[in-house]
Amino acid sequence: MEKKVFARTKGLTETPMRYCPGCGHGVIHRLVGETLEELDIRERTIGIAPVGCSVFADEYFNCDMIQPAHGRGPAVATGMKRVRPDCIIFSYQGDGDLASIGMAETIHSAARGENITIIFVNNAIYGMTGGQMAPTTLPGMRSTTSPFGRDPKVAGNPIRVCELLSSLKGPVYLERVAVNTPGNVVKAKKAIKKAFQVQVDGLGFSLVEIISQCPTDWAMTPLQSIGRVKDEMIPYYPLGVFKSLEEKK
Amino acid sequence: MPKIEVDEGRCKACELCIVACPHKVIGLAKHFSPSGFHPACMANAEACTGCMLCAFVCPDVAIEVYK
Amino acid sequence: MGEKKLMKGNEALAEGAVRAGCRFFSGYPITPQNEVPEYMSWRMPEVGGTFIQAESEVAAINMLYGASACGTRVMTSSSGPGISLKQEGISYTASAQLPIFYANVVRGGPGLGNIAPSQGDYFQATRGGGHGDYRVFVMAPNSVSEMGNFPRICYEVAEKYRMVTMILADGLLGQMMEPIEFDFEPIDPSKLPPKDYALGIQEGRSRRVVRSYDLKPGFMEKHTWKLMEIYNQVEEKETRYETIMAEDADLLVVAYGTCSRISRAALALGRKENLKIGLLRPITVWPFPSKILHDLASRIKKILVVEMSTGQMIEDVKLAIEGSAQVFFHGRPSGGIPTEFEVLDVIKKIYGK
Repeated sequence: MEKKVFARTKGLTETPMRYCPGCGHGVIHRLVGETLEELDIRERTIGIAPVGCSVFADEYFNCDMIQPAHGRGPAVATGMKRVRPDCIIFSYQGDGDLASIGMAETIHSAARGENITIIFVNNAIYGMTGGQMAPTTLPGMRSTTSPFGRDPKVAGNPIRVCELLSSLKGPVYLERVAVNTPGNVVKAKKAIKKAFQVQVDGLGFSLVEIISQCPTDWAMTPLQSIGRVKDEMIPYYPLGVFKSLEEKK
Repeated sequence: MPKIEVDEGRCKACELCIVACPHKVIGLAKHFSPSGFHPACMANAEACTGCMLCAFVCPDVAIEVYK
Repeated sequence: MGEKKLMKGNEALAEGAVRAGCRFFSGYPITPQNEVPEYMSWRMPEVGGTFIQAESEVAAINMLYGASACGTRVMTSSSGPGISLKQEGISYTASAQLPIFYANVVRGGPGLGNIAPSQGDYFQATRGGGHGDYRVFVMAPNSVSEMGNFPRICYEVAEKYRMVTMILADGLLGQMMEPIEFDFEPIDPSKLPPKDYALGIQEGRSRRVVRSYDLKPGFMEKHTWKLMEIYNQVEEKETRYETIMAEDADLLVVAYGTCSRISRAALALGRKENLKIGLLRPITVWPFPSKILHDLASRIKKILVVEMSTGQMIEDVKLAIEGSAQVFFHGRPSGGIPTEFEVLDVIKKIYGK
């Protein structure tokens, strides 16, 4: 009789996820959920759902959850971690949430070195609102507010968040990963687990940036969208570690 | 015999598992799932090695793997 | 209770919050309330609390959202411009029914305005400066003593009704010094009853979610009506006001905060000249003391509203009396401060009519 070698993690609730077919959020949710279970921190974790497609995360992560205003996750995380240092706090955010309206909160929570973990999903678009240009939308990439393709002369160039934050002293661990291939998914899981471990060990601020495919608002099929991640996203957003413990010592 | 089980209530036929499978085990079923998709299924069951790559990429955690 | 101390209004406000069990403060510099974060920056560590100077008022109110969701008594303070920035966070907090307390030490507005005292933020405070149907419990102190003793009341109302509460002060109340004696024993927050919605360590309980939205059809409507029922109870049970010599008054002055003290001085001068003047001072400006005012207006046919603005509370006065008396107004907006003599002159003109 075969043995079950892969099952749904208890870090996720049973609620079916309402993301679009092929959306990277679902994979990332699984990686975070498994981390909560494997590090045995699920019952002392408080997760923050952003405003964006993953606003529904408060129904999917099987731990205490809170849903604040758009972009304010890191501030809420700061408030919670300071009064409950015994809890594990993570802020799950999209690129509009983190790198646009919430940029100040992102930079300052990192600069303060808050002992929190940020799961930053970079899909280069505003998903929930129907596909507008985000601070991470690539040059030449179409969106409903850059219909002729993003023109850097008019809308500037996309922001590389890991590189930006790596100039700060506060962050202890920064890595950029992707979930477009099984191999990348495995690496993404390791990075997410490491980020949470940094928090569990009380070492300070950790953020994992995850390049994610958004078939619907990229106007692509799921299979085409993971192609764009490989051919367009990763070249502009190189994967790798931008800050880690080794440098810290 | 290693195999996978697809939760037809969750699968949205995104096909990511199909391209992730190194042994071309998975295909889309002919029938419709309750939510109106052609769910993923083992089109070529004997080739399955239980390697879990399909489950790794599944955005809806719809696949369980047995080995 | 505590011994009498000479304190600045802003510092009394901060100490009053700490004494009432506040253990998390996040704020941002803005005149005329800077003494509040300054005081908290050393006082909070003394009581094992948290002080954070946030990167903006927007971040500050959202830090409160998080800390309050964990069950902590929290506070922030600012002045008009900062309170404007916090409105979105306040609306979220109201919808999520998280108890928070904050203070607006009002300055001249609109815009950058000036740093002089004003009452120009009345609408923002009582009508809700944020989006959606919600109310904020608003207390208007008129002395350093009340600056120090009102935070406790705000925390109790905030937690009893799980709502947003605030103190509407002004630069004058914040900057002046007066003796203060706290009328309550220091509260140890660890002895407060646990909050059944607070996030934290599950220890066997089921998971909890704090959120301010619900997309399911009809759910938000039900939620908002539920909030309104709570606010109706607050109106019934938590309205506070003070009347002075209103029993035989022919003319009633209605004023809150600093203007109520100036009006009281004018009243004393007027009474010496046998002018039967009374005063109604709203202590809570939301809920507004409409009932008592409605009763007084059935007898007193002349009402003078005195505000350090172009007239905002006057609308609540008119709503309360429903045309049953004449309403006159004397206002000094954006940093203007009336003197008692000035108010007395206006009274005399009206009284004679």
